[in-house]
Amino acid sequence: MAHGSEPITRGLPLWPGRIAAGLVLLLTLGTLLAVGLRAGSAGRFGVADWAAIRFTLVQAVLSSVLSVAAAIPVARALARRSFPGRRFLIAVMGAPFILPVVVAILGLLAVFGRGGVINDALIWAGLPAISIYGLHGVVLAHVFFNLPLAVRLILQGWATIPAERFRVAASLDMSVWRFLEWPMLRATVPGILLAIFLICLTSFAVALTLGGGPRATTVELAIYQAIRFEFDLGRAALLAGVQFTICAVAAAAAWWIAVPSALGGGLDRVVQRWDTGGSTRFSDACAIGMAALFLLVPLTLVLSRGVTEIAALPNSVWLAAGRSVGVAIFSALLCVVAALALAMLRGSAVAGLAGTLPLAASGLVIGTGLFVVVHPVMDPARLALPVTALVNAALALPFAYRALSPAVEQVEASHGRLADTLGVCGMARVRLVLLPRIRAPLGFSLGLAAALSMGDLGVIALFAGDAEETLPLAMYRLMGAYRMDTAAGAGVLLVLLSFGLFWLFDRGGRHDRV
Amino acid sequence: MTASDGLQFDRLDLGQGDFSLTADFTMSPGGLVALIGPSGAGKSTLLSAIAGFLEPRRGLIRWHGQDITRLAPAQRPVSILFQDNNLFPHLPVWKNLGLALDPRLKLSEADRSRIDEILDRLGLAGMGDRQPGALSGGQASRAALGRVLLADRPLVLLDEPFSALGPGLRQDMLHLAARMMEEAGRTAILVTHDPDDARLVAQRTMLVMDGIVHPPIGTDALFADPPDGLRQYLGHSGDMSRR
Repeated sequence: MAHGSEPITRGLPLWPGRIAAGLVLLLTLGTLLAVGLRAGSAGRFGVADWAAIRFTLVQAVLSSVLSVAAAIPVARALARRSFPGRRFLIAVMGAPFILPVVVAILGLLAVFGRGGVINDALIWAGLPAISIYGLHGVVLAHVFFNLPLAVRLILQGWATIPAERFRVAASLDMSVWRFLEWPMLRATVPGILLAIFLICLTSFAVALTLGGGPRATTVELAIYQAIRFEFDLGRAALLAGVQFTICAVAAAAAWWIAVPSALGGGLDRVVQRWDTGGSTRFSDACAIGMAALFLLVPLTLVLSRGVTEIAALPNSVWLAAGRSVGVAIFSALLCVVAALALAMLRGSAVAGLAGTLPLAASGLVIGTGLFVVVHPVMDPARLALPVTALVNAALALPFAYRALSPAVEQVEASHGRLADTLGVCGMARVRLVLLPRIRAPLGFSLGLAAALSMGDLGVIALFAGDAEETLPLAMYRLMGAYRMDTAAGAGVLLVLLSFGLFWLFDRGGRHDRV
Repeated sequence: MTASDGLQFDRLDLGQGDFSLTADFTMSPGGLVALIGPSGAGKSTLLSAIAGFLEPRRGLIRWHGQDITRLAPAQRPVSILFQDNNLFPHLPVWKNLGLALDPRLKLSEADRSRIDEILDRLGLAGMGDRQPGALSGGQASRAALGRVLLADRPLVLLDEPFSALGPGLRQDMLHLAARMMEEAGRTAILVTHDPDDARLVAQRTMLVMDGIVHPPIGTDALFADPPDGLRQYLGHSGDMSRR
């Protein structure tokens, strides 16, 4: 037993991590500085700005509370029922994480939008139609995305209750809810609420497609409008400062409350229980059935409508798809190289900061900063694709860092000393020891980053002209022109490419050479 | 042989917090020296300090008079065999051995034939291209031993390296390791918690107990008249042959 060894040398090179950390800090805090300098020349808050702040907070609170409230019965039902398709449903619940937002929005429009299934039924029944645009639409979309996330996270909480406890509870006739489930929820739910709140603060694409107008504009959307429509960079910068402050406060709160990891496994198990007879069977079936319908119907509608359109897609969409694939692959490489470099700093404070800061950063805020910097020098549209790749890489960095950092630690723990005595240090250590041992998390991170970038509709909307359109942007513009069938076709293509890239990279990492 | 020959612990203190481990003697070179003591006494801590994974709180470590206390592990005249993970599982056997010749694996034809020669001597002829996972436990141990023999380092640390093997195979490996070290003129320190291992292959034995590393004495003499602490550790009967 070594009693807390103090290493004399560090085998892995540190310079890549220092460069990466510097770049991340420059991108997140440096752009903020640019924003701040620019905002100095702006006026004061107007009524519209206060409305945007209020709307941002209200929709995020509503979205997170409703997502978690709806997720609890679903997670409970999944935790205590075993049925055919259970694994599939849980796997599907993991998919929205890399599902392009525009595709989901199109699906929700197909159900709840004008000319959607529900409005058709209402009109047929002689009732007034409903509109999906505005607060309830934004919240609906956020629940669509975050309900599955919340279900998986809460299900993890259920999975941590040992099976023996249920046996003890049954033999003593204790209340499972009061003694086992409620304490678990009380411990996990605050962190989950906060995580979803944070996600809803920075989901620009949802606000762009379903929000708008004086009553449903988020701060991010206001930034976008200030740049694209009013070309008021000072006001955009001021709003970007506001957005950063809101996110920083929420992220600081998340630092105190343990926010759970969305990437955990071990959800396959159904614990044997003795309190699941009678009416609970019906309520569980309802919870699972409703959730499945809510998640699967919109997607099925888009995909089935779009499949037949793929062959007829205009050339411009294919070009956009090509650009998106290029951006996604470049962004994924950038992200994973930076994440690996940070992970090689072995848990230093700077690495932790650089690996977490992008969670609090909004792509729109970084984008505004870059826009302010670039604009005096050249036409921002010419940099649309590189900037998009860069910002996407930064936004995916925390997830890649969290996947790679433990893997690097594990390799160092099991092989570091051997490498040290042999003098396998520096880049030779990376090439000969580290990379071959972390292929699986490397592939997973590449796939995740590529898929996230592929589906991103954020900073690209800020920068792009027609010639720099990515696939999500092309799809958004088709939706804006009410070419819903073509948009659905582009949506199918986008889903195929996103999940295809993820599958390809992830699979590549798992494949063994032996 | 001068007084400074061998491995010298100069008022060495490897303590951390309340834990204390001191050594202050010179171990003359040659042969295989066992290092025994109860678990938690600090056998592995001493090895870590010699190998360069642990900086001492106080004192120096010298090899043939040269201060090695602050050298990086790779710069020390030391090879080490761990309890496990002695081979990189993703590299074929010959590359694992090749790392002893060049840590960047830029190997010449001459290097390759040296590797093949060692594999031959260890009864691993033709297995150079296998992945470690395709070797039996005994074969993997011999391959790791080959790596140690290839490295041009006079002091070899064996940190219970064969403890995962069955008893018969372990004794065979100990004999093989001791013979190879002898032939190569190496000095080896074998950490073990099993006194039988020490009696089997070690001419001399160092005892770690109650925070002190004791200088090596003849293994037979040590067990013929064990000090009180060792007697307790071995069992009160005093009959050391069957524990």
